[in-house]
Amino acid sequence: MPKLPKLPAPPLPGPLQEPPPRPSENGKAGPFDEAKQAGIATVAWVDERTSLSGAARWMMFRKVPKGTNWFYTLGSATMFAFLSQAVTGVFLAMYYRPEANGGAYESIRYITNDVFLGQFVRGMHKWGASVMVVLVFVHMGRTFFFGAYKYPRELNWVIGVVLLILTMAMSFTGYLLPFDERAYWATIVGVNINGTGPLIGPYLSDFLRGGSEIGATTLSRFYAIHMLLIPGLLAALIGAHLYLVAKLGTTAPPWKKSHTRSEMRETEI
Amino acid sequence: MTGTAHTAGAVAAASFALPALGFALGPIFEHNVIRWETVGTVDEFTDDNYVPTVLTVTPGIGEAGKTTVYMRKHNPEIDTDVYDRNTPYVAISDRCVHLGCPVRWVSAAERFICPCHGGVYDLLGKPVAGPPVRPLDRFYTRVTGENVEVGPRFSVNSQLRRFSPRDPGEPLDGIGQYFYPSRPDARK
Repeated sequence: MPKLPKLPAPPLPGPLQEPPPRPSENGKAGPFDEAKQAGIATVAWVDERTSLSGAARWMMFRKVPKGTNWFYTLGSATMFAFLSQAVTGVFLAMYYRPEANGGAYESIRYITNDVFLGQFVRGMHKWGASVMVVLVFVHMGRTFFFGAYKYPRELNWVIGVVLLILTMAMSFTGYLLPFDERAYWATIVGVNINGTGPLIGPYLSDFLRGGSEIGATTLSRFYAIHMLLIPGLLAALIGAHLYLVAKLGTTAPPWKKSHTRSEMRETEI
Repeated sequence: MTGTAHTAGAVAAASFALPALGFALGPIFEHNVIRWETVGTVDEFTDDNYVPTVLTVTPGIGEAGKTTVYMRKHNPEIDTDVYDRNTPYVAISDRCVHLGCPVRWVSAAERFICPCHGGVYDLLGKPVAGPPVRPLDRFYTRVTGENVEVGPRFSVNSQLRRFSPRDPGEPLDGIGQYFYPSRPDARK
């Protein structure tokens, strides 16, 4: 008689099942095992109370279309340029003084010439600003030429345009902060370009300058806009931008043809 | 209950948002203090050529608050604008009315020339070439004893009619004067 394969036991209802042994009960978990488990245990402790691992999985493990290539990394590149600006900016703020009577220029001179790695960190912030603007435009070009702004991603395009405008506002306000000749005259020209807007232009200029002439108010105002107001808006809108990317998914490049109905039937058969 | 809660929320939000907004917008409505500053003595200025003088427009911030004023005695043979006790001297601002760069007086050419975008003005400060939209701004002047003093700024249109000071890039002829209102504190 041929041997019959052993059938699995019928599943018991939950309450009747033997509970699996807890790590503390089998008597084998020494301090070494505890140490090995410490990291996982910490993450599990947080996750049990927040369920954040689901959000992390939702964000990080997404399906991406075929043909995804290096052009799709331009958005992340822009975000890392922003993070670099944020970090270097925070540390520059430790030495910078927004004083129009020479203090601002002197503090920048001090950062550049005297502080350890000051020239390097200031250089990162200065050149990183240009890098970020360039990356924003290349990322925007990628989105445009790949048609990635179309339904249902229009809102993400709109948020991206606001991010572009905020980035330009960062460039404009940051340019005044060294308070040297270039900063001073560039800001005068920039504010006066604002003023050429009909009806609200003159009021906008007065708001930017904090009065009818460029002075100490202008510098502290630009400083507050540059380091408090816009960075918060940028961070929040980058969060919304990323949420929509994760929610809607990315598009395939335009040269990837979608399957027609007949092709799909063939592959199924 | 819902209505009360929403109202309470709106009041709470407005109680910090409105003062902050007013705080930021306040300088638009601030009154400019009228300051008179001595720039030289009567015998320093002629009626056929400009002399550059330095005027402080924003005190307390050093070089950044100073501007150049080109001074010349009023000359009835050249000057076509109204001559009164407020303008015994022609005081022309070096602020280009295109975008605010500093113009310089080139006496050989009898022209004010802007280095940024090629604005050129004649002896009276009227634009003759380039992008400027109106003549150069001027300042009120007065003579106190032997000293020539320079006071508040005013803008002029192409007929050299006086207007309250406007920013560069804002035309004052035709419809321009309505498109670009003056500062609220400068209204008469």
